[in-house]
This record gives sequence, structure tokens and C-alpha cells, in this order.
Amino acid sequence: MAKTIQAPLPGTFYRSAAPGEPAFKSLGDVVAVGDTIGLIEVMKSFTPVIAEEAGTLTAFHVENEDAVMAGQPLYDLDA
Amino acid sequence: MGISTIFIANRGEIAVRIIRAARELGLRTVQAVSVADGDMLAARLADAVGPVGPAHATKSYLNKEAVVRAALETGCDAVHPGYGFLSENADFAQMVEESGLVFIGPKPETIRQMGDKARARQEAQAAGVPTVPGTDGVVADLETAKSEAARIGYPVMIKAAAGGGGRGIRVARDEAELSVEFPQASGEARAAFGDGGLYLERFIGRARHIEVQVLGDGERAVHLFERECSLQRRRQKVWEEAPAACLTREQRAALCSSAVRLAERVGYRGAGTLEYLFDDTTGEFFFIEMNTRIQVEHPVTEMVTGVDLVRAMIRIARGEPLALSQEDIVLKGHAIEARICAEDPAADFRPSPGTVSALAVPGGFGVRFDTLLYAGYTVPPFYDSLLGKLIAHDENRTAAIVRLDRALGELTIEGLPTTAPLHRALAANQAVQAGTLHTRWLEEWLSSAPLAVPASPIIATPA
Repeated sequence: MAKTIQAPLPGTFYRSAAPGEPAFKSLGDVVAVGDTIGLIEVMKSFTPVIAEEAGTLTAFHVENEDAVMAGQPLYDLDA
Repeated sequence: MGISTIFIANRGEIAVRIIRAARELGLRTVQAVSVADGDMLAARLADAVGPVGPAHATKSYLNKEAVVRAALETGCDAVHPGYGFLSENADFAQMVEESGLVFIGPKPETIRQMGDKARARQEAQAAGVPTVPGTDGVVADLETAKSEAARIGYPVMIKAAAGGGGRGIRVARDEAELSVEFPQASGEARAAFGDGGLYLERFIGRARHIEVQVLGDGERAVHLFERECSLQRRRQKVWEEAPAACLTREQRAALCSSAVRLAERVGYRGAGTLEYLFDDTTGEFFFIEMNTRIQVEHPVTEMVTGVDLVRAMIRIARGEPLALSQEDIVLKGHAIEARICAEDPAADFRPSPGTVSALAVPGGFGVRFDTLLYAGYTVPPFYDSLLGKLIAHDENRTAAIVRLDRALGELTIEGLPTTAPLHRALAANQAVQAGTLHTRWLEEWLSSAPLAVPASPIIATPA
């Protein structure tokens, strides 16, 4: 069953720890509880987006470095 | 160099500040706006806006090409960079000038020269400005380190030549510690950075951060006395004062004249700040770096000197010689600036963007609030957390603290947590009131006790 995970806070979404680094997670990856999916930069401080549920990553709704608002769909998981 | 329209290549409160100064000089302004900033106060106050790109600053306010293009397309003839963003980017300043626009700031070469810490240190030494005592480059072995440390004076910092950002630093208090630490530090540096090279520098444990404001027209420079910015958290200034109450008259004269020497030596143009560490146990001061731009804390200097620094910057940029001689600049009273940020001091200073549901701005004699806020404004999450600067000026430091506390009591920002409660606690703190501060004081104090926020003013008003 597909589930859409929302951004926990507003800011800029990053899929990797630093430019040029591999993405934390890619489409088709298996996600475990506690895995880091990405980072959200809020006012120059970085908060990791941590998976609270396990599943397979089936879609990203935002691109790397996109601006996101709290509650905006971030990614889909297939449990 | 005629200037009729200034492009504001910045945002937030400093953009508002620059627009006000420009308007008082009869100049038009065009405000740079990212897609996230269309409704900010500066965009409302400017005569026009110039889009510079997406929300993320690297794609908008930090995008040199986009900023210059927007300035040209909107018919501007000058660019004010404010602070942060591209304000100390020599390539940007050069691009602005090569586009036929006036850069309101120093020459690109000066930005480049003073932005390189090693070159700035050399220039300072050549101007007879004291720098932190240290070795000339890497120390070959322990025996050399011992003799160098004896010359520099203990305690010394052992720094990895290949380190950076605070990594690879140790402190030795005497020769015995140096003998233990030096070989270990070398091994660690080799492991961490692939280079075991070490150099030594005097360690100033209880340093105060003191900086001198200068204005120059490319030939002549004046100082506008100094500020103390020792209250810092994570190297961010939190509370700033002018003048530095810990200095004697002689120390102040020596410090400020050293800054003028360096500014004149490099042919400084515009407003700039020379940062120093001050050791109040020995009375020594050491130049560390120069900021070649207007700074966040410039209002405290404006309050104690009566000089409008941003207006002066614009006048210098349009080719006018310095209107001030050193004798014109007189220190009057004491001013304190409290940085009000969208951070929650009760939750480890978590950033807190959001919508301002209600706003009451403090006023009255000797109070100034430079802000980007209005009621109903939504603070975006994409930029830094500074919401405004509350500045209190009074006859002396004690009275200025009382006035700041009074003004903080009038300040209401509803809808998001701010650091205003931290400032009330600081105003109530005995060490702050006594001025016995150093650059690590605030972090030590914050870690020693949870933030107690007084409900009402706690300082007795001086008779």
C-alpha cells in the first residue's frame, strides 16, 4: 500500500549530505525505520528527514534543493 | 560617478536600512527579490523590484550573473551588497564594475587582499598593527617548537597546518605540556589531514572580541571608535555594544589609530571593520581580520557617533571625499544592540520561521528597531534567522542596559518564538551588567543553567 510522507518542516530539501555525495536514498531502495531520507535546511541549520516507517521508495515529489513547505508531499513508500 | 538608482543586492533588514538611506539622499532603489521574497518589507518600500531567481540563495542572492543582470535590466547605476551574500565577493564587485555599475563598497582588489587572512596579516604587520604572536609557518620539530613557544609566550595553540574550521587544535600551557602534545598533535594531523605540519600561535583564553569601524575614501580614513561583540553563540554575535567599556582611554586610542593606519595603507574605500582579540588581563590587542562591508552591528556605532554609515558609504561610492575629519567624530554615551532572531532559545535555538500574527515595536527616547517585520508577514525558512535589531542608546552603559530592558519589555512578536527572552535574561545577568565577558562566556552560561526568563524588569533604575 502506497503512503505519502510529508515534509516535517519548511525549508530546502536535499537528497544527499553534500553536493557531489551519493543520494541518501534512491527510487526503488528499501527504507528501514530510522534511515535518513534527506535533509531540510531551515535558516541555515540542517535537520535530517528520518523514516518513521519502513517500505520501498517509489516516488519523490520534490527534487534535490527544492523549496518545501511543512506538510508538502516529500516521497512515497510502498509498505 | 553619478548615482541615481541603487540596486539592493540583499534582503531583510539591511535592505530596508539601505533603501531608507538612499531615499534620504534622493535616490531611487530597486530591490532584488527571490521568488520567496516578493512580499518582504524591502520589496514594499523600494521604488521597484528586480527578480533574481528561486528561493534558494545560491540560485538567487548568491548568483552573481543573475544579480548583475537584474541590476542592469532595471536601469540601476549602482549596487549595494549589504552584508553576507555577495558583499565580500571580489569577483562580484569586479563584475559589477565591469558592467559599468558602481559597487558601493571597497575596490575589488581590496576585498581580495583583505579576504586572504595571510595577506591581511602581512598588511597589518606592515602597518604596525599587532597580530596574534605565532610562528612564521610550520615548525620543524619539538626543539624548535620549544624555543618558538618561549618567544611567543604560553599558553600556545598548536595548530595543524592542514587543519581548518577549528579542527586540529590543541593548547599547551607550558613546556612540559608542549613536549607531550606536540608529537601527538603531529601524528593526529598526519592521520587526519595527511600532513603532520604544525604551527604555533599564542592562545588567548579569555579574549574579548573588539572591532573598530572605519570609513575611507580610498586615500584618507577615519575611525568611528570600537564595538565589543564578545557575547557570541556558535561564533554568531548575539549582543553588541559601543564603545567597549573595558578599554582605557589610552588603549582605545592605540586600537583605533592602528585601524586607521591599516585602512589607509590598503587605500580603503567605504565602510569597513577591523576585528581584534583583546586580552584584558594584559591589555594587549591583536588584529585578526577585516570585514570589507557594512556589518549587522553598525547601528551601535551610528548611535554613539551620530554618523549615518550607510549614507556615508553611498556618498563615498559616488566619488565624494570623506566628509568627516577625525576631530568631528565624538563618542557620546553607550549603545547596545540585541539581535532578535527567529529561534527558540527554550529549545536549543531551533530555527522558527512562521507568520507574524501581531507586532508591537518598541519606541521612545534612545530606542531604535531595525527590522524586516510587519504584522502578517511570513518569515521564510530559506534565509538566516535575523528578524530585527533592537538598539538602545543612553548616557552610559548601565543606563543603556536599563533602556534596552525597557524596550524589550515593549517588544511583542506573536506567531513565532524569538530570542527576545534571551536578551531579557542577559540584561538581568550580573556578569553582563558588570561587563566581565569574553567570547566563550555566553555558551558557558547557556550550558550551565536553563534559560531563566524574567517576567518583569529586574534592574533597578539608576538614580
